[in-house]
Amino acid sequence: MSQSNSVGLIDLQIMWHRLIAVVEEQAQTLMRTAFSPIVRECGDLSAGVFDLQGRMLAQAVTGTPGHVNSMAESVKHFLRYFPIETMKPGDAYITNDPWMGTGHLNDFVITTPCFRNGKLVALFSCTSHLMDIGGIGFGPDATDVFMEGLYIPMLKLFDQGKANETLMAMIRANTRQPVDTEGDVYSLAACNDVGARRLVEMMDEFGIESLDELGDHVIARSREAVLAEIAKLPKGTWHNSMTVDGYDEPVTLKAALTISETGIHVDFTGTTGVSRRGINVPHAYTTAYTVFGLGCVVSTHIPNNAGSLEPLTVSAPEGCILNAPKPTAVASRHVVGQMLPDVAFGCLRQVVPDRVPAEGTSCLWNINVRGRVKGGDGGNYGFGMAITSNGGTGARPDKDGLSATAYPSGVRGTPVEIAETQTPLLFWRKEFRPDSGGAGRTRGGLGQIMEIESGIDEPFDLLAAFDRIDYPARGRDGGGDGGAGVVAFKSGQTLKGKGFQLIPPGERLMILTPGGAGIGAPKERDRTQVANDLADGLISAETAEKVYEYKPPQAAE
Amino acid sequence: MINDLRIAVDIGGTFTDVVLEEGVRRITRKLLTTPQRPEEAVLEGVRLILGDAGKGFGDVGVFVHGTTLATNAVIERRGARTALIATEGFRDVLDIANESRYDQYDLSIEKPRPLVARAMRFTIPERLDVHGKVRLALDEGAVRTLAGRLKAEGIESVAVAFMHSYVNPAHERRVREILKAELPDLWVTLSSEVCPEVREYERTSTAVANAYVQPLMDSYLARMQTALAAEKFTGTIYLVTSGGGLTAIETARRFPVRLVESGPAGGAIFAAQVAARAGESRALSYDMGGTTAKICLIDDYQPHTARLFEVDRAARFLKGSGLPVRIPVIEMVEIGAGGGSIARLDALKRVTVGPESAGAEPGPACYGRGGRHPAVTDANVVLGTIDPAHFAGGSIALDIDAARGAIERDVAEGIGLSTEMGAYAVYEMVSENMASAARVHAVERGSVVNQYTLIAFGGGAPLHAARVAEKIGVQRVIVPPNAGVGSAVGFLAAPVSFELVRSRYMRLDAFDGEAASEMLDEMSREATALVAPGARGQPTFERRVAFMRYVGQGHEIMVTLPQRPLTAADTAALREAYERDYGVLFERHIPNAAIEILSWSVQVSTESKRPEVQGGAGSAPAPEPVGRRPVFDGRSGKTTDVPVYRREKLPPGSVFSGPAIVAEDETSTYVSASFAAHIDASGCIVMNRKAA
Repeated sequence: MSQSNSVGLIDLQIMWHRLIAVVEEQAQTLMRTAFSPIVRECGDLSAGVFDLQGRMLAQAVTGTPGHVNSMAESVKHFLRYFPIETMKPGDAYITNDPWMGTGHLNDFVITTPCFRNGKLVALFSCTSHLMDIGGIGFGPDATDVFMEGLYIPMLKLFDQGKANETLMAMIRANTRQPVDTEGDVYSLAACNDVGARRLVEMMDEFGIESLDELGDHVIARSREAVLAEIAKLPKGTWHNSMTVDGYDEPVTLKAALTISETGIHVDFTGTTGVSRRGINVPHAYTTAYTVFGLGCVVSTHIPNNAGSLEPLTVSAPEGCILNAPKPTAVASRHVVGQMLPDVAFGCLRQVVPDRVPAEGTSCLWNINVRGRVKGGDGGNYGFGMAITSNGGTGARPDKDGLSATAYPSGVRGTPVEIAETQTPLLFWRKEFRPDSGGAGRTRGGLGQIMEIESGIDEPFDLLAAFDRIDYPARGRDGGGDGGAGVVAFKSGQTLKGKGFQLIPPGERLMILTPGGAGIGAPKERDRTQVANDLADGLISAETAEKVYEYKPPQAAE
Repeated sequence: MINDLRIAVDIGGTFTDVVLEEGVRRITRKLLTTPQRPEEAVLEGVRLILGDAGKGFGDVGVFVHGTTLATNAVIERRGARTALIATEGFRDVLDIANESRYDQYDLSIEKPRPLVARAMRFTIPERLDVHGKVRLALDEGAVRTLAGRLKAEGIESVAVAFMHSYVNPAHERRVREILKAELPDLWVTLSSEVCPEVREYERTSTAVANAYVQPLMDSYLARMQTALAAEKFTGTIYLVTSGGGLTAIETARRFPVRLVESGPAGGAIFAAQVAARAGESRALSYDMGGTTAKICLIDDYQPHTARLFEVDRAARFLKGSGLPVRIPVIEMVEIGAGGGSIARLDALKRVTVGPESAGAEPGPACYGRGGRHPAVTDANVVLGTIDPAHFAGGSIALDIDAARGAIERDVAEGIGLSTEMGAYAVYEMVSENMASAARVHAVERGSVVNQYTLIAFGGGAPLHAARVAEKIGVQRVIVPPNAGVGSAVGFLAAPVSFELVRSRYMRLDAFDGEAASEMLDEMSREATALVAPGARGQPTFERRVAFMRYVGQGHEIMVTLPQRPLTAADTAALREAYERDYGVLFERHIPNAAIEILSWSVQVSTESKRPEVQGGAGSAPAPEPVGRRPVFDGRSGKTTDVPVYRREKLPPGSVFSGPAIVAEDETSTYVSASFAAHIDASGCIVMNRKAA
């Protein structure tokens, strides 16, 4: 290799490194300026940089998987509506179209062209979850997308630096939280600006006029690396099927996973058809979570970009719940979509059992609430919040599952003290739920028990979107199932896992998040670990004795 | 009369550094740390250095002490038998943490293990709401019953962390009264005292960390005090806090968690002093050692501070993998980029460096102690910037062939580079890692990094500073003398200070100046009382700050408050100050959005001794170099003969031009071709970017 080529290679590697830093800064800016609590406290966002062909070159580590791969697709849609030759400095484009964005109206996607010396060099895109966009609210009750809130087609948010005031007025008028929502739109736009500025600095420093060579390098290297990982796997097709609660009837997710020389393809033929309610999943979101699951097993440390995503493909027949067409209702698409890594794992388990965990809770157990506040709302709605919480993850082949931890979602839990600052609710309990981790040689992660009451003399609305109540995570190789989720009043009445319900003052809402499933026979579990679990109260004495066949030392005599 | 002789000691993991200052005289010593009884090395070091100075313990006016003991106790889980008392229903705050994974794609991560296992986490019926109103009265009987249990379990130290106790500490205080009545020897930490801030996980974690290290730190400090007294020491003892201030032993015993990370804080103060002497109002402290590099912004001779720190990260340097401690700290980014950091190719054949480190054993391949993998030091040896014959004062003979072999095997071959280019790739990548960390850190603070002057110290920084400076556009680099004991030198310049932070919600459009002033005054009295034993009558000043944000946002911006009673009339000025800073950080401010104040801070401090800006050192060509070395430059692909100077032979005023190497026992400074250098009046190597 000649000298200049050598330096060229080193510089390309360094610029790649820099690109990842640039989008990470973009994401951090978004997180720090967001109003929506699920973004600022929990990181429900994503950010990335794209070349002029719409290929994603880098994605921020901060963020959540469902947004990432679907945002990657959305940039291509932006390019169709706003061809690059029409882009001007100071422009920014917006949509929340679930089929061109990230799967539901709450996610605003904003794309900003990046200019250097008057020449368009790249696109920055970001997305985050806005708390309220009107309609029926952030729950699964709608029967079509039009009921789910304000639908923003592909529009200019900024035209050469000038904000689209008409659109902003429309947004403000169509949300229960006008100030926060408007603020979030600004914060999305600002983070792209920050990314663009850094990219231009990098190009100045390295003296490059376009990202073409860098983009080709990043994409080619990433694709090769993923293909090299795939080459190590046996070839063939494996099947799996998993049933989850659905809205009013169970949903069966069927997958055929094919590993070939050219990649891994997952096909969802045979999956249940669309739901009447808002748990339908647009195709981009199906792809996002399926590919994320594959990535975790096959290409853990390869950065996400168009190249690394390319060998991982997904298909689902139109009209099934995983390729729901417009205008089906999609607000709570995450409930089904986040199950997809588990579905893919069920196939991969037959291929590389040592790398794949047991089934887990998988879908977020967000407690979506809204209601009136004390002392009047001044013409506004009151409060509304998605309080993020989680169940347990599935046992790993060599380790227990993680308790009260989000997977596959990348969001963080909402601190109780923050939830109580933002809402008039009072949490009486939020702690581990003993015995909810599926028993096994390695144990599933535990779920949580929460008790929530209105802190004022007003009822509040629960927009339930929970799953794994009827169909818990299934144990593997003799391991036990994870504990099933429960939604109920403390006074006894069981509530629905999905849909709007009113929680009257004085009633305590009990939420028991599911546990992850176990792997292997419980009696094979290391006795010290059983003793520790018992001492820590993670399992009951009864479970220790009956399920783990554990005899405390003194009883053994 | 207060004696002018002052001693500082920094206990690190490997070395205990001792510095003595009297007037303009400075003597330094380095000893091996004695981990079992750290005070032994401290006393031995002090004895030796007093011997060097011809003085006795009775001559010492001030003894300043920084230590990683608290941090190590946490990392090695060697703290007290500790219990947590939480609000009923909230037993698992420490485990539930933030419900997230610090690595998105890695299915096999381990979460940080809490300092208190679940079996020792107890709850008591009680509940306050977000306004501090009692929703459920404290069950005092349950507290008494629990006291019996704590005794039976042999608990030495307890943290009490109730929901919303930052608004109303009454229940936590009552629990302490009851426990102290039942168990007078029990250590009790209240979350409302250690960390009166919203967010239960961080507050509880901080309280538990304090409880966990308290007995250990207390007995250590008591032993130290006794030992010094036995030597007829009559001066004042100070401890260095993570915030870079000094504190009296009494305060340190109450809040030992404030002592974590005091060493790095000392380094930042050291850099701030160097900056002051050089008149550099914007400086970037860059400290690169064997395993990590630390970067800190210094504006107006004050290091930036933050309010959250993570101890014991499970995955090194990955945010979120450690135990959070919410205390005032000098804000630093630390990355796994040191001389011992290992280079390799990843799955994508990209050159990566660190965070794994070869450490001291086996060390880089060139140490010849069996290290097979190439470290950053190996790359420098191959490039020629380190003289293998004179490394560490000639005490370690470096094996250049081993370095070449390791680079070739692990880096160069796989991507078709020559050995030299492989070494250059490692050098470039580690420099980029540091440049990137500096760039991001500056940006997070709304600063433009190329307006800063780099202050480089620690064994590795002087070798890389020029390249890092080129990458971030910095025009000047300063390499101070005494870089090897920088932290201890920094301790001697630290002011006596204490910062209190408290959460109290207030909207700017309903600003209650009177209530705010009342609270700030109370905090001021408390902070003043904590500083008084250390200040010993020295004048103090106060800094008041509000942490503000747009209503609904999650990230707060620090706005300085006037030093007088606040009134409703201050609202406009506060809004203006907030929006100005917001604009600097985030490009656009948000029209129409309301602003709220979440937390308040009061810092009381003595004036730090800022050195005078020094005079010029004249200018004369440097003495003849002591030799020349071949150094490989990847940009040109050429090896050039570069002059080598010995640092001790360069008098102030010496002028020379890069490329050049300035060798000294502890390190070498590489002056790249784009810099000209001179030695200033205090012995610093100053590199200035040549005009393009």
